[in-house]
Amino acid sequence: MLSIYKNCSLHSLLARVLPNLQPQIKTAPFRLTLPRKAVILNLMEQIPLFTPLSLTVSDLTRYLRQLMESDDVLRDVWVQGEISNIARPSSGHIYFTLKDQNAALKCVIWKTNALRLRLPLQNGMAVEAHGYISLYERDGAYQLYVDAARMAGEGLLYQEFMRLKARLEAEGLFDPERKRALPARPRRIGIATSPTGAALQDMLNTLRRRYPLAEVLVAPCAVQGEEAPLQIVAALGALDRLGADVILLARGGGSLEDLWAFNDERVVRAVAASRVPVVTGVGHETDFTLCDFAADLRAPTPTGAAVLATPDKTDLLNELNGTLRLLDGAFLDGLDLRRRGLHETVGQLERNSPRDDRQRAFAPAGAQPAGRAAARIRRGHP
Amino acid sequence: MTIPATKPVEELSYEEAFAELESIVAALENSQQALEESLALFERGQLLARRCGELLDSAELRVQQVNVRLPGLPEQDAPEG
Repeated sequence: MLSIYKNCSLHSLLARVLPNLQPQIKTAPFRLTLPRKAVILNLMEQIPLFTPLSLTVSDLTRYLRQLMESDDVLRDVWVQGEISNIARPSSGHIYFTLKDQNAALKCVIWKTNALRLRLPLQNGMAVEAHGYISLYERDGAYQLYVDAARMAGEGLLYQEFMRLKARLEAEGLFDPERKRALPARPRRIGIATSPTGAALQDMLNTLRRRYPLAEVLVAPCAVQGEEAPLQIVAALGALDRLGADVILLARGGGSLEDLWAFNDERVVRAVAASRVPVVTGVGHETDFTLCDFAADLRAPTPTGAAVLATPDKTDLLNELNGTLRLLDGAFLDGLDLRRRGLHETVGQLERNSPRDDRQRAFAPAGAQPAGRAAARIRRGHP
Repeated sequence: MTIPATKPVEELSYEEAFAELESIVAALENSQQALEESLALFERGQLLARRCGELLDSAELRVQQVNVRLPGLPEQDAPEG
């Protein structure tokens, strides 16, 4: 780390002028403390008196770069600002400037990080960028080397999410005992979602394939934006009034901000208070909203919600065939029972009869009972 | 037990038909009825089961959009990201 001093004459100079400083310099930590900087500055003012001394630009720049890269704040930092001058050359790296009213910061995203970026960056976008500050020596320009970016305010949103979750959890809104079983064969399935989204079509296709017997009520509502929470609450209320047996509350994927309506306290409370069981299918597999915690059942996607809320046609056919077999069995068992009763009565009659002609009283010729019940009678009464 | 006044099976929904089929099975398992009655129940049960099968084969999802009234707010379609 002391190579800077060795590369120029400063080190030997200091040793000459301030011999008592020498051991300190040899063991000095990389960062200079203020008093030591002052000493150097003083020396530099006096330098012409002794000998020509200068740092090369490279030396100084490398020194500054090492300073920046070893600073705890600068090597792991979130910076918020507005994107401007974004450039995407064919190298795959992304260059832009992050600025606010009073300052600007050059930013770079290397290709490998650019590929992993979830947020499509654009000029004018307010973002929070994460990375480390370093110095591009060729231009003598310090810049932020970005490895992640999120919408401005997303960090705050997340904190708000955790805070509200803890509060509602403490109230018991998410308790497992609150969860109700879904109806096995819902007649009316309510759907609260955007009427124009792909999520609705996904759910309708799934219901068509699995359970075409159902009647579907679609309550359209905005699923993002400021008016979404009230619209979702109103949609849930409408589906309740219209007698839905189960409600699917769904939305396609999006950013944390896009899904925010499903973390709105009014919506979460409406889901928890709903008289009709609610299945949520919001976003993707990995997205969790507070509505998911409040719902009777959480599905990973809109399609998943439609699956969880309905029986499959094949299962219904199996159930129907099973019931049909029960019908046959119950009827034949009834016949069986009557035949046995008859047989017993005839037996009693014969035992009490003065005549001894059993064959005549039972089973006249040509009236052989047929089928399974008859076979059982024969087995039971040889 | 007497056979309740029932609708023709063609007018029954799947739910109605299946529920009646299940109640017929239960009634037959109790074996309280007269022979002709149980025969009539059995025949009705078979008709009901056939009705259920036909409904499953031919049913088409009925979809209806409902009006969501918002107090003091205009109704709006939602953009989706």
